[in-house]
Amino acid sequence: MELKDKLVSSFLAFEEEYGGENDDLHNIRNQAIKDFEQFGFPGRKEEAWKYTSLKSVLKHDYSFFPKKNDSIEYRDIKEYLINDIDTYNLVFIDGVYASHLSNTTHDKIDVCLMSSALNKSPYKAVIDNYFNKIAPKNGINSLNTAFTREGAYIHIHKNKMADKPIQIVNFSTGKETAMFLQPRNLIVVDENSHVQIIERHQSLTDSPVLTNSVTEIFADKRAIVDYYKIQNDKSDASLIDNTFIEQKAESLCSVHTFSLGGKLTRNNLNFYQKGERIDSTLKGITIIEGKQHVDHNTLVHHIEPNCESHQDYKGIFDENSTGVFNGKVLVEKEAQQTNAYQSNNNVLLNDKATINSKPQLEIFADDVRCSHGCTIGQLDEIALHYLRSRGIPKKEAQGLLMYAFANNVLDSVKIPELKKRINTQIAHKLGVEVGFNL
Amino acid sequence: MRDAYLKYMLTIKNLHASIEDKEILKGIDLEIKPGEVHAIMGPNGSGKSTLSSVIAGNEDFEQTEGEIIFENEEISELAPEERAHKGLFLSFQYPVEIPGVSVTNFMRASVNAHRKAQGKEDMPANEMLKLIREKSKMLEIDRKFLSRSLNQGFSGGEKKRNEIFQMAMLEPKLAILDETDSGLDIDALKVVANGVNKLRSKDNSVLLITHYQRLLNYIVPDVVHVMIDGKIVKSGGKELALELEERGYDWIKTEKV
Ligand SMILES: Nc1ncnc2c1ncn2[C@@H]1O[C@H](COP(=O)(O)OP(=O)(O)O)[C@@H](O)[C@H]1O
Ligand SMILES: [Mg+2]
Repeated sequence: MELKDKLVSSFLAFEEEYGGENDDLHNIRNQAIKDFEQFGFPGRKEEAWKYTSLKSVLKHDYSFFPKKNDSIEYRDIKEYLINDIDTYNLVFIDGVYASHLSNTTHDKIDVCLMSSALNKSPYKAVIDNYFNKIAPKNGINSLNTAFTREGAYIHIHKNKMADKPIQIVNFSTGKETAMFLQPRNLIVVDENSHVQIIERHQSLTDSPVLTNSVTEIFADKRAIVDYYKIQNDKSDASLIDNTFIEQKAESLCSVHTFSLGGKLTRNNLNFYQKGERIDSTLKGITIIEGKQHVDHNTLVHHIEPNCESHQDYKGIFDENSTGVFNGKVLVEKEAQQTNAYQSNNNVLLNDKATINSKPQLEIFADDVRCSHGCTIGQLDEIALHYLRSRGIPKKEAQGLLMYAFANNVLDSVKIPELKKRINTQIAHKLGVEVGFNL
Repeated sequence: MRDAYLKYMLTIKNLHASIEDKEILKGIDLEIKPGEVHAIMGPNGSGKSTLSSVIAGNEDFEQTEGEIIFENEEISELAPEERAHKGLFLSFQYPVEIPGVSVTNFMRASVNAHRKAQGKEDMPANEMLKLIREKSKMLEIDRKFLSRSLNQGFSGGEKKRNEIFQMAMLEPKLAILDETDSGLDIDALKVVANGVNKLRSKDNSVLLITHYQRLLNYIVPDVVHVMIDGKIVKSGGKELALELEERGYDWIKTEKV
């Protein structure tokens, strides 16, 4: 059976088992599965999927409802957490919450589970207001909505600062079977509140894994949200990440995406600016090789005046790897005085590596500053020669230059331990030694 | 072990080199003994930087004829990093800006690459720190500079000083300084000259490329060469530099004819 048919036919069983009591939710799910049935998985004929084919990842015989796996201990996962600082942790194993590995709270902020929020009355108002409000209907979003069961629920109440970063980590352990996971996260940050979130998907198995994740984020007036995505998965794990951010006046939101591994990664990252003086930042570092594929599909929708957006994506592609950057900036007629910057710079280390970079600016306002730049190149030969003249062998010199090329994206990472971790990972990946300071 | 009988540090025989099929060096002969300081002077565009680039192994240039012998070994086929490991150093006329690589991280990579080529372990971090402090102090380089990106936003003089700092760290056998004096005020010039003089010994040699006599007041050369149109047309003692400063290059061109 095709994956699509399999999913549709298992929906009823899913509703029976995990559907819960909430009628509104039943309706949402039932509508969503119908939408999925209609749309199906996106194909290459769709403009937005022209350079990313899901064919190779949809062919497996996935299991959707894995058994609870209690055998994972902290020591098995420690290396995948930022473990040298205190954090709230939401750890999911095969889509099931692992309380013994997590650290939640309801003290002034809610860091807990989507499954509780969907079914318990204290959260009803927030769920009614925010759940499934900004993820548009399409094959993949609707599929996730239909099977919404578990994920992170984070609510930072008005005038509160999350006192430590929150980590959301999804592990997969399916030993014999391929696994299809669909986490669903909701993050609501009220007026004047701050939060920092680190999200990671990590396979602990060699079996194929496909994750279709949907995250909705709401940043109210003057809220500050910093979101970091670590995508450094095994070579059999694929990820379709769908993240939607609605910002209100004077809020500041940033998403950094570090794509250093995995088989196929598609990031659909969408910002909707609904207020004035909003600032949105989208940054990414992609360093891949082999047959890996990373696709960044971004949208910044400038709806109101006096807002800014900053996009900076760097990519390094070796061997047969492929990259896609499709960055759309949409500036509405009312959105005067918009400043929108976009840059996508890439280095191809190999003739066989490819990148398709396509900026799309649609500007309907007349008084705006928008810029975009895209480069695809090799390493600077003059700089390479300079380093080699100082005795640094060619390979190492190339590594240093690549490191330097990618690294400035890290400047805006606000969690020092995370910055150090990513920095080290990048340096290690590029075969350079750095971090030596006076 | 240094060859006790080493007669020449560097011997260049009939060196021809071109870039994009245009011949720049048209038969250069040069012999530098251990302990000697040579200066090459000559008008702009005569090929001085090309000569230093070709000696250092810049792959943009094609060596079409001739030999480059460094300590009894023909090095024409060696990669730039291999030449560096053997003790060759070029202070670039135009040092390259490398955003994102700090001076210290770069220096550590460079020093350890040299050590690795000699079969040595990496230099311990504390030793490296000590060395960096000592050499940067000698060249009056502010500590803040060392954590900045290599050459990025450095003034002309700061870049040159940074080149000599690198030289001091690496202690090469042969240092080629390509117009290291240009862009330096007199105080900076003294600091740089002092750094070069510290390196001088009976075993080390220096090849200075310069436009101006004034550097040669501080680093006194044993031999001065004049290069015109890809050839060395005249060689002499240090007084030749003074004469060139006074009379320019035209008289040599006529003398040649
Ligand atoms: N990268 C290059 N590409 C093309 N021509 C070059 C290049 N470098 C030097 N040349 C040419 O070679 C000649 C010698 O230049 P150069 O060695 O820099 O002279 P100098 O250092 O004596 O001023 C000049 O005519 C210059 O234009
Ligand atoms: Mg020159």
